[in-house]
Amino acid sequence: MRSRADSDFATPLRRGAATVALEIDGRAVAVPEGTSVIRAAAEAGIHVPKLCATDSLEPFGSCRLCLVEIDGQRGFPASCTTPVRAGMKVRTESLALARLRRGVIELYISDHPLDCLTCPANGNCELQDMAGAVGLREVRYRIGGANHLHAEKDQSNPYFTFDPSKCIVCSRCVRACEEVQGTFALTIDGRGFSSVISPGQNGPFSASECVSCGACVQACPTATLMEKSVIALGQPEHSVVTTCGYCGVGCSFRAEMKGDLVARMVPNPDGHANHGHSCIKGRFAWGYTTHPDRITHPMIRKSIDQPWREVSWREAIEYAASEFKRIQKEHGRGAVGGITSSRCTNEETFLVQKLVRAAFGNNNVDTCARVCHSPTGYGLKTAFGTSATTQDFDSVMQADVIMVIGANVTEGHPVFAAQMKRRIRQGARMIVVDPRVTEIVRLPHVDASYHLQIRPGTNVALINALAHVVVTEGLTDEAFAAARCDPHEFAAWKKFVAEPRNSPESMEMVTGVPAGQVRAAARLYATAPNGAIYYGLGVTEHSQGSTMVLGIANLAMATGNIGRPGVGVNPLRGQNNVQGSCDMGSFPHELSGYRHISDEAVRASFDAAWGVRVDPEPGLRIPNMFDAALDGSFKGLYVQGEDVAQSEPNGQHVVAALRAMECVVLQDLFFNETAKYAHVFLPGSSFLEKNGTFTNSERRISMVRKVASPLAGKEDWEITCELATALGYPMKYSHPSEIMDEIARLTPTFSGVSYPMLERLGSVQWPCNGGKPTGTSIMHIDRFVRGKGRFTITEYVPTEERTNSEYPLILTTGRILSQYNVGTQTRRTLNEAMHVEDRLEIHPSDAELRGIRDGDWLRVRARRGETRLRALLTERVQPGVVYTTFHHPQSHTNDLMTGHSDWATNCPEFKVTAVQVAPEAGSVNARRGNGRLDAENRPTGGDAHAMDIHHLVMMANDIGAYFAGYPSHGEAVEGIANHLRSFWEARMRHDIIEYVANGGDDLKPLVREAVLTMTGKPPAGSEEGGDR
Amino acid sequence: MSAVVYVPRDSSAVSLGADAVAEAIRSEAASRKLDVKIVRNGSRGMFSHEPMVEVAASAGRIAYGPVAAGDVASLFDSNFLDGREHRLRLGVAGEIPWLKSQTRLTFARAGVTDPVSLDDFIAHGGYLGLRRAIELSADEVIAEVAKSGLRGRGGAGFPTGIKWKTALDAPAARKYVVCNADEGDSGTFSDRMIMEGDPFVLIEGITIAALAVGATQGYIYLRSEYPHARRALSEAIATGYSSGYLGANILGSGKSFELEIRLGAGAYVCGEETAMLESIEGRRGMVRVKPPVPALEGLFGKPTVINNVVSFATVPIIIERGAEFFRSLGAGNSRGTMPFQLAGNAKRPGLIEVAMGVRLREIVNDYGGGTASGKRVRAVQVGGPLGAYFTESMLDVALDFESVAACGAILGHGGIVVFDETVDMARMARYAMEFCALESCGKCTPCRIGSIRGAEVIDDIINRRRRRENLEVIRDLCDTMKFGSLCALGGLAPLPVLSALRYFPGDFGLTPRDVDFIGADLTISASGSGSTHAIAGR
Repeated sequence: MRSRADSDFATPLRRGAATVALEIDGRAVAVPEGTSVIRAAAEAGIHVPKLCATDSLEPFGSCRLCLVEIDGQRGFPASCTTPVRAGMKVRTESLALARLRRGVIELYISDHPLDCLTCPANGNCELQDMAGAVGLREVRYRIGGANHLHAEKDQSNPYFTFDPSKCIVCSRCVRACEEVQGTFALTIDGRGFSSVISPGQNGPFSASECVSCGACVQACPTATLMEKSVIALGQPEHSVVTTCGYCGVGCSFRAEMKGDLVARMVPNPDGHANHGHSCIKGRFAWGYTTHPDRITHPMIRKSIDQPWREVSWREAIEYAASEFKRIQKEHGRGAVGGITSSRCTNEETFLVQKLVRAAFGNNNVDTCARVCHSPTGYGLKTAFGTSATTQDFDSVMQADVIMVIGANVTEGHPVFAAQMKRRIRQGARMIVVDPRVTEIVRLPHVDASYHLQIRPGTNVALINALAHVVVTEGLTDEAFAAARCDPHEFAAWKKFVAEPRNSPESMEMVTGVPAGQVRAAARLYATAPNGAIYYGLGVTEHSQGSTMVLGIANLAMATGNIGRPGVGVNPLRGQNNVQGSCDMGSFPHELSGYRHISDEAVRASFDAAWGVRVDPEPGLRIPNMFDAALDGSFKGLYVQGEDVAQSEPNGQHVVAALRAMECVVLQDLFFNETAKYAHVFLPGSSFLEKNGTFTNSERRISMVRKVASPLAGKEDWEITCELATALGYPMKYSHPSEIMDEIARLTPTFSGVSYPMLERLGSVQWPCNGGKPTGTSIMHIDRFVRGKGRFTITEYVPTEERTNSEYPLILTTGRILSQYNVGTQTRRTLNEAMHVEDRLEIHPSDAELRGIRDGDWLRVRARRGETRLRALLTERVQPGVVYTTFHHPQSHTNDLMTGHSDWATNCPEFKVTAVQVAPEAGSVNARRGNGRLDAENRPTGGDAHAMDIHHLVMMANDIGAYFAGYPSHGEAVEGIANHLRSFWEARMRHDIIEYVANGGDDLKPLVREAVLTMTGKPPAGSEEGGDR
Repeated sequence: MSAVVYVPRDSSAVSLGADAVAEAIRSEAASRKLDVKIVRNGSRGMFSHEPMVEVAASAGRIAYGPVAAGDVASLFDSNFLDGREHRLRLGVAGEIPWLKSQTRLTFARAGVTDPVSLDDFIAHGGYLGLRRAIELSADEVIAEVAKSGLRGRGGAGFPTGIKWKTALDAPAARKYVVCNADEGDSGTFSDRMIMEGDPFVLIEGITIAALAVGATQGYIYLRSEYPHARRALSEAIATGYSSGYLGANILGSGKSFELEIRLGAGAYVCGEETAMLESIEGRRGMVRVKPPVPALEGLFGKPTVINNVVSFATVPIIIERGAEFFRSLGAGNSRGTMPFQLAGNAKRPGLIEVAMGVRLREIVNDYGGGTASGKRVRAVQVGGPLGAYFTESMLDVALDFESVAACGAILGHGGIVVFDETVDMARMARYAMEFCALESCGKCTPCRIGSIRGAEVIDDIINRRRRRENLEVIRDLCDTMKFGSLCALGGLAPLPVLSALRYFPGDFGLTPRDVDFIGADLTISASGSGSTHAIAGR
């Protein structure tokens, strides 16, 4: 059952251009062509009785309650399936209609339990409503006739029950599963009176294809499909619209409440990102917010070997502030920093970076986007001028060819995937680029035209091969490129990709994808009227993550697939507010709105507003903070809502760095892995306990509304304010709306955003300012934000992580629908039962070679570390590739990860790790002692400072490898130098210059040359002005 | 020259032993060293004489029947190959009064030719209609069909020309023609007899329709219970392809048409045209809502002409001989001939193709010869299992769409079932609801729940439980089903119930006074959606 607070117009909105005028019950009504009579009536405030119709589904016409009389038409047409005609005269009530409808309801009730008083839907049941509406007074059919009253209840789903005795066979659940979610898990079994709803082949829900998205539950007009939470608590009494705290789709929900208790979360039909749809996580997995593991008192300890002490908020904050002040006094202003969270609100993120910049007085702020989508920010900013998607989600409904690269959409972004599947069912073609056979490759009524099953780590080789076909077969959109892009760069790029070494035939050895498939896929994409690219972490989390983003941008520009609905380059962001946290100036080199820290004018506006002098030098990135900590120069860290000890690669290194710090302040809901190394624990608030905004993957800013009091008493933004104040930099806001007002004042792309405006519009996509007062759904329509679109050379540079006889398999990672990231939230819900452990997917032939059987415990060994996982034999992975999820901390997946990272942004290469796999004798218990090494015994790799230099040299060489592909030597040298100036913190630049001065033996000549040119030069500054 | 003997392959004849007869003739001829060619023809539809064996003799086609295998030797002894006298001799087949008095247009070749011989078909005037249609423009073909007054023979009686014109005018890159061969009404067999006895005429009619509306793909949706029809049709279609009557560039016209058979899976409701489309598309046979009508959005959402077997099979003769010829037969707005199918307790059951407007009494008494049991005719059901019952005194009704509708009944697919005085009409009324419950697709509520409740309520009436109250309930339920159902299955189920109640109240333990209020309201239309006063008026 949908929320009572949302009206139901019975059939979907039609957007026909022409308006049709008709008369309903004597009232003149005008609606778009194609609208149903029942919807036209509903829009005029006339509610025709109905049961099988609901406005999220196409009309079906089965309940026969919405019959009406139409002048000149025989009989009683169903108003849900009858479209309006000009001049139509409709009567929705008459004695005949009243008798007919009563006759229908009498039939329904003759096969329905008469237990309204004890029914969980009591007070919120459409059948009950209709019985009242038609005036049913008695059921004259005899008791004991054929019925379904004793049908057995199915309780197998953890979140909802299926009670067939209450089913009216309206098919709304079946249709929702098909039309909205596209899973086709439900069907009607039998016919006539024996028709019953059946999940799969008459099994329980839990054994069916059901993905627990809740669409069927929401569509059900009775108590047949019902949330267990409502059965337990009763019908909710008030509701508040808010935004989901899980993934980057950013679904709008109605939190239906009983006092401070959530009775259920129902997707909001007016939600611009989800249009009333949901997935298992947003819909059901909110139980973690009240889990007993929630920390509700601040805690401190002097050192990590001491026990925690619960203290007052005041004491905790004052202790943290005094420690930070002490460290800065003893080790310098740059010895502390902060990490913002992609799960917190824009306002909270903004405050953390403000705290770092204004109260700490440095730019040592970074965000967890570093480990996921930082290459997106870099690449799209470089190519187009904006670090964000070019489209809105709805754009996919106009795409003709959809290319999905490195994104497991049905697991990672299920609600958007449902929309994408709908488009594909309408006839759009699909190309999937993925090393693994992801679900989207083949689903009911969804079939990829091409699945380019690449070897992990060879994305750039593939995108170059695709571009090669487009250029050499004359499939480029020359008119678009000439008008919109830099002609010199376009020509240079064409020359580069046209080289025979980039052909599909040459690259086949590298990517493993047959050249014929690549050619066919390139033609399909390039010749589509509208070709759209969607990508995820399979693109970014590579040593060439930024190169791949640039390569995607090149391909889209070359084929003219930018700047209108149905096309574009669409990164699918991981967490609820990755986009927002990046927008808010969480990076060490950027202020809000992606303006470089070296920009004098921008800094001046912040200086004036904040009453401080913002440091013009980029600060430390997360990995560099850890390097600096081991180096002894970085001692204090304020972490808001991120479990760095678990989510960063090379966990042993991270733990060592954390242990080397003197004050780690962690603000979180739960006592996580990082908390083991923290000194101050500040209990945070869940998304249900605070006000603010999230920005989703499509740049959409949506309101987050407080529905319950923070368990520990404070919203996260309040904690940051108090910490800043205690640090001697007072922050005073009475409400997050004031923080947003400050963001709007200081950020040109947000200048039109305010809470009253969001209340009015529901949500808005930035840029939202003078020129775009209601926001921007499609970007770069007439010109690119940066002016001319920029083509860049994308040389394929293989990752240094190679397989050999010792580590012959490539491990790549991903996620699963029921769990979310490191599982902090989902493992504290009933979702846990759906994915109790991470398993290693291995191809049967690889398993056979090693004597591995399904379910065996395996020892997974990489160069950096090892862990134990159980085997899952599947042909979803290709031979030579293994795969696992990383939702459970005990899997220690990240311990295996290499130190390799994206050359431009240091985004770790999570997706490529050479491993060896062997069966492990013994059982679960044997595993306990064999887990990861205890932190205390972990080697840190010798001399800390030397390792730091080694890391810097590696980073610089990676950058060099990218620019080496540039056409001229001079451009390459200048490119490297500019990159180092823009993104490297001063100390790092200093170290590398010093290294060169001392010989610089391990640096590539090109890089050494670039470093030499940097001596004495000021930073290059921001080359783009942001999205003004 | 060899003697030619005709032994029907029609399943009615086969079920009466025709295969054994054919085998007996073959072996008898062999043992007598006689050169006999056996042609397995269709049936002429005179079931009381099946298996009816015919011999091409100098006097014409001489019929003998009903022939049992045991009769064969004596037939040879009597020199039946020359058409000589025998106790089973019926005379020249075409001159048998039961057949001669009919107007065989659609069924002109049924029982005469070898159904799977294209040469025989052409020798008997086949494909003249298609040849003429190719010479005409699409509009001219459709105008001819429209002018002929042909209305759908599947039950609804919708003007065929208008349907075709709608599909012709619908702009689409692809269009379809679908032949509804899911003949499911008990007591009907005209579709089967065409498919088994003259499949080429059906193919010809479908092809004419396809060329006229611009369809390039056609399907015959055939019920799986008709294996003999499937065999004959498949063979004829294959021959059509190999002889240039189907496939690319038909008869050099430059037009192409592909035709396939799709088998049903035993659901009565799949004879409802939209459920049939769902079934052809590979889905569960559930009724679709209309509009849009299939002529605009039908199979796979494309404009689709759907007609019944007999409708299509009647088109060639209309095109060949002209609209005026067809129009000249019939009554009122019901033009041409109609193959009535007489079954049940009839003495001479079978297929009777006559001009529309024939009296029901003529069919039942003159052709049918009264009941097989010899008892009094008590009730006649016209239009299939969901058609109304007529009493003996009502048999003077003229069998055309309008006259039948005026009695609150339907002509349907032309099935006529005779019952003698031993019939219990309350059980028959209950059976209508039971049939509906068994065959309901379960989509709409009035049919899904209503039919099962209907059977229960009639049970109560029969068992004298709250009889007066339940009479009201059944009356209300019939209205709900009639006016509320999505398709004709639920919409028509009340028809036999109400007519049984109205005309045979005694069988329910009621008096005529009890059922007075049903009377006027029985005048409902065939479509299941009649005038509003029927339920508002009381």
